[in-house]
Amino acid sequence: MRLAADSLAAPRVRRSLVRDARVNWQLHLLLLLPLTYLLIFKYVPMWGAQIAFRDFFAVKGIFGSPWVGMANFERFFESPQFWTVLRNTLGLSAYQIAASFPIPIILALALNNVEHRRFKKTVQLTTYAPHFISTVVMAGMIMRFLALHTGVVNNALEGLGLERISFMSSPELFQSIYVISGIWQNAGWGTIIYLAALAGVDPQLHEAAIVDGASKLQRTRHIDVPGILPVAIILLILETGRIMQVGFEKAFLLQTPLNLTASEVIQTYVYKIGLASPVPDYSFATAIGLFNSVINLALILVVNWTARRLSDTSLW
Amino acid sequence: MVARDSALDLHRVVRRRIGKSRVDRVFDGCNYAFLALVLVGVTYPLIYIVSASLSAPEATVGGQVWLLPVKPTLRAYDAIFEYRKVWIGYGNSLFYATVGTAINIVLTVMAAYPLSRPDFKARHIYMALLVFTMLFNGGIIPNYLLVRDLGILNTRWAMLLPQGLLVWNVIITRTYYQTTISSGLLEAARIDGCSDLRFVWSIVVPLSGAITAVNALFYAVFHWNTFFDAFIYLNKEELYPLQIFLRAILIINTIEADLIDPKEMEALEGMRDLLQFALIIVASLPVLIAYPFVQKYFVRGVMIGSLKG
Repeated sequence: MRLAADSLAAPRVRRSLVRDARVNWQLHLLLLLPLTYLLIFKYVPMWGAQIAFRDFFAVKGIFGSPWVGMANFERFFESPQFWTVLRNTLGLSAYQIAASFPIPIILALALNNVEHRRFKKTVQLTTYAPHFISTVVMAGMIMRFLALHTGVVNNALEGLGLERISFMSSPELFQSIYVISGIWQNAGWGTIIYLAALAGVDPQLHEAAIVDGASKLQRTRHIDVPGILPVAIILLILETGRIMQVGFEKAFLLQTPLNLTASEVIQTYVYKIGLASPVPDYSFATAIGLFNSVINLALILVVNWTARRLSDTSLW
Repeated sequence: MVARDSALDLHRVVRRRIGKSRVDRVFDGCNYAFLALVLVGVTYPLIYIVSASLSAPEATVGGQVWLLPVKPTLRAYDAIFEYRKVWIGYGNSLFYATVGTAINIVLTVMAAYPLSRPDFKARHIYMALLVFTMLFNGGIIPNYLLVRDLGILNTRWAMLLPQGLLVWNVIITRTYYQTTISSGLLEAARIDGCSDLRFVWSIVVPLSGAITAVNALFYAVFHWNTFFDAFIYLNKEELYPLQIFLRAILIINTIEADLIDPKEMEALEGMRDLLQFALIIVASLPVLIAYPFVQKYFVRGVMIGSLKG
């Protein structure tokens, strides 16, 4: 995953690229179709994002609409919604990373210490399964389980002599519902990568430690944990890169009119202003979306740089 | 893996001789207890859904179902069979998943092979173009405007073209080719006068069935589960994939139900609750049936991708 575009600078390399185009023309030809796809469906929208700096009129099109500079951004920063959606987006992501990032690591370490093969396989097979449930079904399940009058969770609460809770109407519960259900769905799947890393830990380290009388716990802490640390750092960088894109589908699907003060994140807000509103404001919505993308890019660059500085492990 | 196992075997032999230390026994006990708890926690919601969908409506709504079905009945499933919209959605989702996956696989192979060739100088530029789309995107609105301007809004193409390939899959496929297709193979083919295109078609693709399977599975599940593209690009019921109908039945209905008086609810809506549970199962069925067979490929795919980023 190295972005080696800088190597283009040398003239020698440029000449070799020309030669390369002649020798490997068939490889370029193979890339033609995927590249066309990328240009049309990925890069054209990036270019189209310039309507964030224009006042978009449908009749004039993207390039005929007048420039307005940063006006759309200023409008967003000054709108009363700005702090709410920014806080919700960052809060939800930070909560999610803090709560769900360590769990696959713990689970993988626990599984790695199981000697009973059949049991290990059963736990793996079962905990991977929820990963394949679609977001819509997941949201549907959450709402069924937490339904006020008929949900099993509320039935249990009542059975224990407690009050029924209107989960989906409580803004203060939204983030926990979102994060905990996410852990249920993805923690098992997340262990795969760590189990692969654990399988790569040098067995001689364990043998030596056993001879020295180290307990299982000690070996886990001092051999296995350092062994998977690089993988954990890479995954943490990737997670941070997704901070601003918090599961848009899921946040949207779990929204109810009553929990909106907590569940409105930047992406759902963009959708509402740009597409769901009777008078869609494309330019304003694009500006908000662009703000989101830029923060996102900046975050991943900063985290990657920090990780490289602190640990020699980074994406590029 | 093998070396590790032999070390563990050695460990076991040593243990049997001298017995497990007390610390390790406590550790093992806690570990098994923890994993057993995890197992129950993950399984319970799944079992509950199955049981609820098979129970009599009044038992589910009345809160009598805890683990096993109460007064078992297949009424909910009968009702779903009668429900035309579900079948429209099912058909459409199958179409999007098969055609979409076919497009994805072709594009993925075409992108991944050249990028896997170390002697292909331009690959760094192409790779950078590819990876950059993972880090930055134009956003919802420019994507929507593009689809609109291409004239594919409200057509089946809107479900197929915008998701032509996933960068992640291109990367794992490239890594797979790098590690499995030896350079000797390419040289031998070249000496026999085989062109690059021919090489991909006659050697690379037939030799890499495993990664094609992994890709097909990832893409198919992706198409089956995706909701948002259909939600913003489609506006005709006969084109809707299953997930759109599911949202209407599972989520919008439930929000309304919270606002209805419970007694009225039991009389009127008991059947609807049951339908929702049964629908969750029917909708997840293709993936659930395939799951035990394919999970090892998925695992392998994730591992290939994780070996070299």
